[in-house]
Amino acid sequence: MNLMFSKGPSLPNRLVLGLLLSVFLILFDHKLNGFATTRVYLNSFVSPLQYLANLPGELLSVSASRLVSHEQLFKENAQLTREALLMSEQLQKFRFLEAENDRLRSLLNSPVKNNTHREVAELMAVDNNPYSLQIIINKGTLNDVYESQPVLDDKGIVGQIMQVGSTNSRVLLITDVTHALPVRVARNNVRLIVSGTGSLNELIIQHVPHSTDLNEGDLLLSSGLGRVFPEGYPVAEITSIVSDEGRPFLQVKAKPIAQLDRLKYLLLLWSETDSDESTKDVNP
Amino acid sequence: MSLRTYTIPLSIIIALVLQITPMPSVVDLYRPDWVLLVLSYWALALPNRVSVGVAFITGLILDILLGTSMGIHSFAMCLCIYILAANYQRLRNYSVWQQSMIIGIMSALYNLVVFWFQHLLTDIYFLFEYLWPVASSMIIWPWLFWLLRKIRRQLRLK
Repeated sequence: MNLMFSKGPSLPNRLVLGLLLSVFLILFDHKLNGFATTRVYLNSFVSPLQYLANLPGELLSVSASRLVSHEQLFKENAQLTREALLMSEQLQKFRFLEAENDRLRSLLNSPVKNNTHREVAELMAVDNNPYSLQIIINKGTLNDVYESQPVLDDKGIVGQIMQVGSTNSRVLLITDVTHALPVRVARNNVRLIVSGTGSLNELIIQHVPHSTDLNEGDLLLSSGLGRVFPEGYPVAEITSIVSDEGRPFLQVKAKPIAQLDRLKYLLLLWSETDSDESTKDVNP
Repeated sequence: MSLRTYTIPLSIIIALVLQITPMPSVVDLYRPDWVLLVLSYWALALPNRVSVGVAFITGLILDILLGTSMGIHSFAMCLCIYILAANYQRLRNYSVWQQSMIIGIMSALYNLVVFWFQHLLTDIYFLFEYLWPVASSMIIWPWLFWLLRKIRRQLRLK
């Protein structure tokens, strides 16, 4: 160990170099979004570490599913069969309504909505970064996942794709501080914008005038105005409305419909324009 | 020998994995800063091999893994490791408990720098819970120190 004549720049110089480079990277990444394409390769590069970190949880869940008792499986099977029956009954009614809706739309000369392409993804990891709420799912560019793609669970909207890797991608949840999405109230079509608070079970709705017709328990559906999320999926339910005349706006809080703390299987939706093109390709 | 050359990278990779392993949210708050702890040990023990450069690269990998803006963790990591590497001769002579206090201060600095950058870029607010890793890092340090020193002496790393 010969520290008196060490090679390369001295320690303070290295610090200055490192700090300047970091600040440059922060500005380049955040302000100019310069890593948008490189992130894909970087994420793929570190994904082995993510798989490795996920291994203990995976082993635990595999062994847990091996150790389920027979009785429990029978019970679950019976419950799922019942649910499937109820769902298929609803689906029959829904098909009829959809056909009727399409006919009415074509009568009114408005564009008929096509079925969107969808795919099931599985949760890989939940980020432990306390400052932002993100999850990682097991689909990436190899499955045609793209940035700002909507992600849903069986109850409602979960979030949107933030970064894509080749086999996995990162989802920004709707309750993150930096996230907001346009919604409308299911009861009376009032348009609002729901923003995240950083806590997993709370959303806030800002800039609502005192005269707005809102009730506690109102269901908020995505309005499709932001061009990111498709129209008509449940987003949140209003939990509290505080009307303080001393403040310029109502203070409205809502709870996400999707169970963001117990996500397992997620649904990825592809936008309707893409599916239009693909159907055109199939039957020209 | 291959094991000797790969010990330091391997220990850093294990620390990175421990840093991102999913945990129940109750335990998650108390997760120690594994990467900072491991890098601190190597910076104190072998400052000619691990110092600001390694800290910078590891910080960048941490940025990619955690999905933060590139450069946030590398900035904080460089700063903390520089302070340790610049004073390694003095810090080596401290007892493990005194070192643990110093590591606590470094961990607080690290977490606060990361928080401060995030606060500048997005508008998050400070919660006292963000500083729990400081306490857990202080508690973990003596055991990690003992383990890594044993490894270092066994393999005669220099």
